[in-house]
Amino acid sequence: MALTGLEIYKQLPKTNCKDCGFPTCLAFAMKMAAGQVPLDKCPHVTAEGKAALESASRPPIQVVRIGTDANEIKVGNETQLYRHEEKFYRPAAVAVRVSDTLDEAALAERAKAIGQLVFERVGTRIKVNLVAVDNASGDAARFELAAKLAAEKSGLACVLMSASAANLARAAAALSGQRPLLYLTDPTDPTEAEAAAAVAKDNQCPLAVAADGLEALAELTPKLAAAGVEELVLDPGTRTLKETLEALTRIRRLALKGFRPVGYPAIALTTADDPTMQAVEASTFIVKYAGVVVTDAIEPWQILPILTTRQDIYVDPQKPVAVEPKLNAVGEVNEQSPLLVTTNFSLSYYSVEGEVEASRVPAYILSVDTEGTSVLTAWASDKFNAETITQAMKKSGIEERVAHRKVMIPGFVAVLSAGVEDESGWSVLIGPKEASGIPSYLKNQWQA
Amino acid sequence: MSVPEVKEKWSGGVTAVTLGATKAEGGTRGSTVTIGGQTGIPFLNFDGETPHPPAIALDVLDKEPAGWPPPLADVYGDVWSDPAAWAARVKQLGADLVNLRLVSTHPDEGDRSADEAVATVKAVLEAVDLPLIIWGCDVPAKDQVVMPKVAEAAQGENCLLGAVIEDEYRTLTAAAQAYGHKLIALSPCDINKSKQVNILISDMGYPLQDIVVYPSTASLGYGMEYIYSILERGRLAALSGDRLMAQPVFLDVGYESWRAKEARSGDEMADTWGPAAERGPAWEAVTATDLLQGGADLLAMRHPKAMEAVRMAVGQLLGE
Repeated sequence: MALTGLEIYKQLPKTNCKDCGFPTCLAFAMKMAAGQVPLDKCPHVTAEGKAALESASRPPIQVVRIGTDANEIKVGNETQLYRHEEKFYRPAAVAVRVSDTLDEAALAERAKAIGQLVFERVGTRIKVNLVAVDNASGDAARFELAAKLAAEKSGLACVLMSASAANLARAAAALSGQRPLLYLTDPTDPTEAEAAAAVAKDNQCPLAVAADGLEALAELTPKLAAAGVEELVLDPGTRTLKETLEALTRIRRLALKGFRPVGYPAIALTTADDPTMQAVEASTFIVKYAGVVVTDAIEPWQILPILTTRQDIYVDPQKPVAVEPKLNAVGEVNEQSPLLVTTNFSLSYYSVEGEVEASRVPAYILSVDTEGTSVLTAWASDKFNAETITQAMKKSGIEERVAHRKVMIPGFVAVLSAGVEDESGWSVLIGPKEASGIPSYLKNQWQA
Repeated sequence: MSVPEVKEKWSGGVTAVTLGATKAEGGTRGSTVTIGGQTGIPFLNFDGETPHPPAIALDVLDKEPAGWPPPLADVYGDVWSDPAAWAARVKQLGADLVNLRLVSTHPDEGDRSADEAVATVKAVLEAVDLPLIIWGCDVPAKDQVVMPKVAEAAQGENCLLGAVIEDEYRTLTAAAQAYGHKLIALSPCDINKSKQVNILISDMGYPLQDIVVYPSTASLGYGMEYIYSILERGRLAALSGDRLMAQPVFLDVGYESWRAKEARSGDEMADTWGPAAERGPAWEAVTATDLLQGGADLLAMRHPKAMEAVRMAVGQLLGE
C-alpha cells in the first residue's frame, strides 16, 4: 500500500535540517509520498525508520523485471482482485517451454518457432515473451548449451528451469547481462533455494522458487529476501488446474491484505498433455492472477487464444476500447454495396460488423472517430454529428468506391439525418436501432 | 509459517434451477439438469460450495444453418436438415441439454408458422429425452405468436424458454407460467437492467427462483472482458445477498465464438493461425472457460471437441 505523507513523516527525524533540500521534514515526506523523491535523500533517517518505511512502501505485489532492453517484461504490482474495481496492470508473461533433452537441431528449431509466436490483433502486436529452458536432463553442461541456444535462436529473454542451484549458476553465467528468470523447480529442499538465491544475487537475476504449498513458501521468501534477492516469483508447487487456481487466488488475496511473505508475482505451469487443454489451462491462469505462465503449447492455434485472453483481461475497463476509424469492406463488395456508418467504439463496430457478416450482404462499414465512445454517448458529446460523419466519408474515399449516394446511419441517431444530407449531399437511410436488426434491414429495405 | 485464512464471508449464493421433468415429475425426459447453487467465487473449494457443475447445451437449429464453417459441418452436416436427427446427434455427443433455436420462424428465414414450430418441438422431444432450451426467432411480433403455442405443446416438460427482454416480457412470461416452464431473462451488458427485468417478471407473479439470466455474450477477442466483468460483478452481488442478482447465468458461447474470424476462417489462414479444425474448437473452449471463471452456469456451445475440453476443465476444477 502506498504510504501517506503523514505516515512517512512519523518515521523521519523531524529536525527540519534541510539537508535533503526541502524546507521541512513534512515537505520532504509529502514529496516522497508523491513518489518524487527517494528516502535516501534524507541522510539522518534511523535504521529502524528506514526499515519501517521500506517494508511499508513496497507495493503489495513486488514488481519483477525479466530480461533487458527490448525484451524486458515487468510483472507484479497488481492492486486488485477484480478488474472492474480498477484494472489489472501488468500483463502476465507467457513462456513456452523447451527441454534441454532435445538434440541441438531440434532445440534450435523449437526456440526459433517460439520467437516467431507474434500476432497482430485489433491493431496491436501480441507475442510470447519468454522461452523457458527446462533442465530436464539434469546435466549442467547440456543446460548451459541449451540456454545459450534458446536465447540466441528465439531472440527472447529466458526462464531457466532447474532443480539444481549449481546448474542454474552455469546457465545464468552463460546468459550474463540478459537477466533471465532463474527458476528453482524442486520444492523439496529449502537449502537449495538459499543456494539459488546466492546465484540470483551474484548474477543480478530475478528468482522463482517452488515450495511445497503456501505455508512453505511463506517460510522461505523472507530468507531469500534477507539474502538480498528482492525480485522473487512464487511457485506454490501445485501441478493441477484446481490446486493452481486456488493457490493463485489465495496468493493474490493474501498479498492484497498485506501479507508480505507472498507479496510477489506467481508463476503457473500448464500440465495437460492434450493440446486444447494446455490452451485452456494457460488462459485460466492468466484470467486468475498468474504473473508468469509456462506452457508446452507452441502451435499458433493454441497460443493465439492464450495471448488474446491476456489482451482482453488486461484491457482498462475505464477506458473505452477503440478500433481504428476507417472504411472497412465486409465480403465481396462492389459499387452497389451499401454503406453503414457507426462509431469506432469497438463493441459498436464489432456488433455491426458481425451482423453485416451474418446477413451475407457485402457492405462497407465506416467507423467514425468518436474517441472510442458508443453511438449515443458520441452523439450526446457531439463527436458523432453531421460534420464528423461527412468528414469521415470524404476522407475514406467512399465516393470512388460506390456508384450510389446513400448512407445508412444508426436508428438511435435518426435526428442527424437532415444534417448529414445537407452536409454531405448523400441521402440518408435510417437503420435499425440495434445491430441485430441489420441483416433484415439489408435484405428487405436496402436498395442501391 | 502459518498463513492467514482468506475465505470471504459471503452471505448469499446463486439460486439452483432444475430443467426438464421426468415421467415421475409429469414430463417425458430421461433425466433433469440442475444448475446454480454456488456459495463462493467459481471453483474455489475453500471459498464456497459448487453443488452443480456448469451444464452444456449443444445448439440445434430447425433448419439447415447458413454459413457454418467446415469444422461444424463435419460434425452436423449429415443431420442438420432434420432437427430431430440433429438433436439425436447432440445427445449422442454427450450434451446435457438441447439448445433448440426456431430460426425458421423468422420472417426472413422461411417464416414458418407456429404449427410448424410446434411440430418441430414435438419431434425433438420425441427424438431425445434431454431437457430442452427453446428460443424463438428474436422478432418479438412473431415470437409472441409462436412461443405460447410451443410452450403449450411442451407442457409438463419444464423447458427453459428464451428470452424475455425489458420491452417484451408479458407474453412469454405468461406462457412459461401457464405451462410450467423456466424463463431466460435477457439484458445485454447491463446489470441494472437485469435487475429491472427480474422485477418486471416477478411482478407478474413469476417466481424469481425460476429465472435464468442472460447478460448477452461476447467472444474471446471481441469484448469477452466486458462480459467477464459483468459476470464477476453479478456473482459478487449474488454472494453478497442480492436476491435480484442471484439467478444462474446462461451464455451463448457457441454462436459468439464461431462468429470470430479466428474460429471461423478456414485453412487459408493455416500458415499464421494453424489448422481450422483445431483452431475453431480451441477458440470456443477458451471463450467458455475464461467466462466460467467470471461465473456462469449454463453454456450453449457448438463443437463437441470444445464441449469436451470445457467438461474436462470443469471436472478437474471441481476435483472430480
